[in-house]
Amino acid sequence: MLRDITLGQYYQAESVIHRLDSRVKLAGTVIYIISLFCFKNIWGYLCAALFLAVVIRLSKVPFKFMIKGMRSIIFLLLITVIFNLFLTPGETVVAVWKLKITKEGIRTASFMAIRLSMLIIGSSVMTLTTTPNHLTDGLEKAMRPLKALRFPVHEIAMMMSIALRFIPILLEETDKIMKAQIARGADFENGNLLKRAKALVPLLVPLFISAFRRANDLAMAMEARCYRGGEGRTKMKPLVYKKRDAAAYVVLLAYLAGSIAIGRFLF
Amino acid sequence: MGIIETDKLTFEYIRRDEDGNVEGITRAVDEVDLDISQGDFIAILGHNGSGKSTLAKHMNAILTPTEGVIWVDGRDTREEEEVWEIRQTAGMVFQNPDNQIIGQVVEEDVGFGPENMGVPTKEIWERVKESLKAVGMYEFRKYSPNKLSGGQKQRVSIAGVLAMHPKCIVLDEPTAMLDPNGRREVIRAVRALNDVENVTVILITHYMEEIIHADKVFVMDGGRIAMQGTPREIFSDVERIKELRLDVPQVTLLAHELQKRGIDMPDGILSIEELVNEIMKRSKPCQ
Amino acid sequence: MSIILDHVSHVYGNDTTLAVKALDDVSLVIPDGQFIGLIGHTGSGKSTFVQHLNGLIKATDGHIYFNGQDIDDKDFDKRKLRSKVGLVFQYPEHQLFEEDVFKDVCFGPKNLGLSRQETELRAYEALKKVGLPDECFYQSPFDLSGGQKRRAAIAGVLAMKPEVLILDEPTAGLDPKGREEILSQIVKLKEESQITIILVSHSMEDVAEYVERILVMNHGKIVYDDVPGEVFKHYKNLEEMGLAAPQVTYIMHKLKAKGLDVDENATTIKEAADMIARALRG
Repeated sequence: MLRDITLGQYYQAESVIHRLDSRVKLAGTVIYIISLFCFKNIWGYLCAALFLAVVIRLSKVPFKFMIKGMRSIIFLLLITVIFNLFLTPGETVVAVWKLKITKEGIRTASFMAIRLSMLIIGSSVMTLTTTPNHLTDGLEKAMRPLKALRFPVHEIAMMMSIALRFIPILLEETDKIMKAQIARGADFENGNLLKRAKALVPLLVPLFISAFRRANDLAMAMEARCYRGGEGRTKMKPLVYKKRDAAAYVVLLAYLAGSIAIGRFLF
Repeated sequence: MGIIETDKLTFEYIRRDEDGNVEGITRAVDEVDLDISQGDFIAILGHNGSGKSTLAKHMNAILTPTEGVIWVDGRDTREEEEVWEIRQTAGMVFQNPDNQIIGQVVEEDVGFGPENMGVPTKEIWERVKESLKAVGMYEFRKYSPNKLSGGQKQRVSIAGVLAMHPKCIVLDEPTAMLDPNGRREVIRAVRALNDVENVTVILITHYMEEIIHADKVFVMDGGRIAMQGTPREIFSDVERIKELRLDVPQVTLLAHELQKRGIDMPDGILSIEELVNEIMKRSKPCQ
Repeated sequence: MSIILDHVSHVYGNDTTLAVKALDDVSLVIPDGQFIGLIGHTGSGKSTFVQHLNGLIKATDGHIYFNGQDIDDKDFDKRKLRSKVGLVFQYPEHQLFEEDVFKDVCFGPKNLGLSRQETELRAYEALKKVGLPDECFYQSPFDLSGGQKRRAAIAGVLAMKPEVLILDEPTAGLDPKGREEILSQIVKLKEESQITIILVSHSMEDVAEYVERILVMNHGKIVYDDVPGEVFKHYKNLEEMGLAAPQVTYIMHKLKAKGLDVDENATTIKEAADMIARALRG
């Protein structure tokens, strides 16, 4: 049932946020992250949290999906908090043995924790509301200026979208080969590290061969359908800015200016 | 001039050992002469290694002849500047349904060919719509290809070629990896294209029941054309087909077995109805 | 010695709303030495079924007994079961990985912990059994033809000396010659040893000629379980399941309906031809 995995954790829903151009969402995420790093007081973070709450509400994606992304970084978050807590010099609040917790430490640690959590939630809003294709399309178009520097923008976007298409197929294939080798008495679960690494050979060799065979077939199929790189290609689903995208940019800029004014200078 | 014509088409490849030394030369296609008219339904049969796939890849300029010439709609495939025109004229569908779908959504995959050709956006949508309708996959246009059955995937691939508005479509064993249902679906779609849209079909297969409706059949062996004719003509010679290591449909085989048992049966029987009628003609009238 | 399935069910994704019942209350006995054909269209549950027999998939409900022992018992050795119930997957050549055919066939027996001598002896025997020519033994598996690769992969399972051999679509994607070679090797294998063989296929015509018992699966259930002639009597229902009886069955039924004195249960061409010839001569 590996085929049911949806990559990029897209959540299907009908909302304003879903309908926005992926470039707006990319820019929005960047703006949001920049704002988070500019704040110097708690009011800025409150402002950002409020903005995020409104966007999440508009996106119609249940909040628990946003939290899911947090799970993978909880460890990183803890380390950051602990380091900041103990290693920031300043006015001591509590001292245990050689470790001191300072007033500044508490402040930096809590800011860091808030900043990181909001960053993760903020970027998952983008991945949850944008299909992987739109994301690649958006990236391709947003990076277009780099083309002048001979940066292979189209090729990279094409590679990303092919990878997205083939990852589920290769996952399923891994499962199948694994089962076939287990049926021949292979053992992937027991033994020390070296033994386990060795046990992977009967899995990895067939998998690589299959991946190359598929790549070869796909290249031929693409050529047969007149694929010759990005030159002269038209788009079935071109990215065109609509009125709501312009409005979204205005909102984003207003947010950036407003939140920085509050978070940096007001108090 | 036909849509596809060849003159002593020959393709050789050089076999090398591990150190890159030449071990020998294999003639995959050996002086083949073909003349295929626009609108025909052609079937090419042959066991693995008979050269049929190599021949097919020449029709789309994926391979170019070592010797001899092949013209696709009057264009010589050796002319490099003609390659894209040729690929647009003669589309190609391959064996493995998973390895030829590029898009992550059905409609986007069908649009891939027209996008490459630089067709304007609005027209791409029209072409995608009509192509998907032609193969009966329109209601699946928003699906991920991973959710489709093998037969459905192959129909999407056919739609992908159709959206390029080809005059000719070459299918290289499109049903080899499918189950009987999938095979039927694909063959039905291919026949509809030929009947309704008048697209020339070149179907490469080793399933005999798929060639019954062809206008003309070529049987390949050792890179040469070993037999050619209408399906009925081909199936008349059961012994020869067996010699070429191919299958014979059960109906034809049964008629042949009856002949062997001394019952006078016409050659090349293809359908169940035909066989039943022929047998009943020979039974004693009931009282 | 037998495999017994007692009300076996398997549900995928039980904890989600998208639960799919891949096996639905299957009960049957597979006695020693039978030659069985398992028929069903794609997604009917055939693959799930056979993977239960060697413990690759665990039943979500019911029990499976191998030679009287419940295979889900804690002290039951699943690895031993897998050597006794050999499973050849669809397109088995995709699992080949060693640098030469012989080494690849040794993989299974080596995993059983056998001595080097015994391993090599078994590999040699298995390669002989599938009829692979000697000059292929030390070639890279990737240099073989499609049919040869498949036979090498089958040898890889045979080398474990299974008591039950399951082949999932062993002829898929091969040309007629390759199909015939594989099928005749399987038949020969059956004749020469007392092994139980389960041939999974969606082609009735491939199976009808050889097997003594046919299991038809649909929506995870065993719909028919009988000798071929009896199963094909239900050819109309089979069609509704997306399966078709062999063409011979249709011909014989039509002839019978038109009043010719033939037995509609003939399943092979030769049987049918003899019968029709007899009926025509009166």
